[in-house]
Amino acid sequence: MHEVRFSGFGGQGIVRCALITGKALSMYDDKFATMTQSFGPEARGGACSSQLVVSESRVLYPYVTLPGVLIALSQDSYNTYEPKLRDGGVLIYEADLVTPKEDDGRVQIYPAPVTRFAEELGNRLFANLVTLGCFSAITKIVTPEAMKKALPGLVPDRFLEVNRKAFDKGYAYGLESLEKKPLVTGDAQ
Amino acid sequence: MRKTAADPKGVLEGSHFLDGDHAIAEGALAAGCRFFAGYPITPSTETAERFAERCPGVGGMFIQMEDEIASIAALVGGAWGGQKVMTVTSGPGLSLMMENLGLAVMTETPMVIADVQRAGPSTGLPTLPAQQDMMQIRWGSHGDYRIIALCPDSPQECFDLTVEAFNLSETYRVPVFIMTDETVGHMHEKVVIPPAEDIEVVERNYYEGPKADYRPYKFTGKDVAPMVKAGDGYRFHLTGLTHDERGYPHLTVEQNEKVVTHLIEKIDSNADKIIQLDESEMDGAEVVVVSYGITSRIVSRAVQLAREEGIKTGSMRLITIWPFAEKRIEELAGKVKAIVVPEINYGQMVREVERSAAGRCKVVSVPHCGGAVHDPEVILDAIKEASK
Repeated sequence: MHEVRFSGFGGQGIVRCALITGKALSMYDDKFATMTQSFGPEARGGACSSQLVVSESRVLYPYVTLPGVLIALSQDSYNTYEPKLRDGGVLIYEADLVTPKEDDGRVQIYPAPVTRFAEELGNRLFANLVTLGCFSAITKIVTPEAMKKALPGLVPDRFLEVNRKAFDKGYAYGLESLEKKPLVTGDAQ
Repeated sequence: MRKTAADPKGVLEGSHFLDGDHAIAEGALAAGCRFFAGYPITPSTETAERFAERCPGVGGMFIQMEDEIASIAALVGGAWGGQKVMTVTSGPGLSLMMENLGLAVMTETPMVIADVQRAGPSTGLPTLPAQQDMMQIRWGSHGDYRIIALCPDSPQECFDLTVEAFNLSETYRVPVFIMTDETVGHMHEKVVIPPAEDIEVVERNYYEGPKADYRPYKFTGKDVAPMVKAGDGYRFHLTGLTHDERGYPHLTVEQNEKVVTHLIEKIDSNADKIIQLDESEMDGAEVVVVSYGITSRIVSRAVQLAREEGIKTGSMRLITIWPFAEKRIEELAGKVKAIVVPEINYGQMVREVERSAAGRCKVVSVPHCGGAVHDPEVILDAIKEASK
């Protein structure tokens, strides 16, 4: 079983991240996934997080309790959720927006300049797909094939291709990061 | 009652990754609902959005009304105009619907109302879950009456129970509530929508006979009169006043007794047919946890932990909230040490459990304020304490 939390501020596509991943897992990777989300009344700018519980059998308890994976795309979300990440867990964070505390080796950290990559593709709105690419490459919780299949219907048709590119860019970067710093698996996730 | 397969036009067959709100809209479309009137309110708006987007393609109609009072009034009209009808709302909107809920009950108008519960009182916490409206739907409109209420614990059940809600509302000509909450409403999971031929739908029972003989009501306490469509040339009357079989005001105590006992008995005498429960490991249980909706998902973990600690713990999930499963609770109360009732309110359904158990076993309330679910450990502690 995996517990994953995506976090950032409203407008970064945090909820969409979990939606795409949950759809990929439950429709194309033959897993059970339950997605929950928390957000404030604001449409944009407020703190935002979305959570996924992934299992080989039906998910009964729908909430994450001690996530093994945290994606943090803002400083606030890093500050809030990093302490709640399991020991040995995986932290992927927005390298240009988050200044992490000194690495004490408690969790496995993978910085990724996802917003910058997205801007290189034409719009920072694609940052969430870059993030998903990194997430898929590093954690291997979800296959890249399933993720791409899940995109239609969840991103506008006219941006399908560029979203796929954003995913690939993140995926390649994730693999590079892994080469530099292999993931220690086990109970971590 | 005519049962048929669903109209394939409304059935989005296949596997989907849907939230509970969207699944309710799909359930409504599959059940043959073609008229939706509502007013947007968090956390229920997604149902209205989905229905509005989908209904032109299936020949349906969506109206955004000026408020919730008008929304439920439009359902009364829509149903007598010949459609299966629904609306969706949350706490503040539900309060506004109470007056015309009574009109729907009194005129025996079939309709489905989904309440995606958020924390109150008043506007409370719009984006967070609660189970605080369980008694409001039962008693919120004035006068004596019965309604039916179902409580899904997953997006899949949001679909399944919405179809069931329409079937029950047509069978008993009564408003049926889907009592969900923000968490289930916004939770995404895989939802499998079966092919239309595998979805059983109860079609409205329409009168076929000489026009002059049509009577919109019969007060048998068992079943209900067939309906007609307004505009088809039948002469009848619909009023909130105490009425006779033709629907015309008949303002006597005797007639009121006839009408009201019918409204009550048509549900109570069929309660065994209506009530659905999901029970697990009840044989030899010392403690039984009774829960519903999102709380039952939390209970699943607490019960697992209790069993690991060697406490014989059964679990009963109320799929049907109203009519309440009083016979089953009464029977259970004679066999177990205690019944534990966690709910996201300060004690609503636990009162029904206490009433039905009538002192034959301990009944332990595990209340929680609106806005969040229980910590499973808190429920576990209550189970442990109750087992002593």
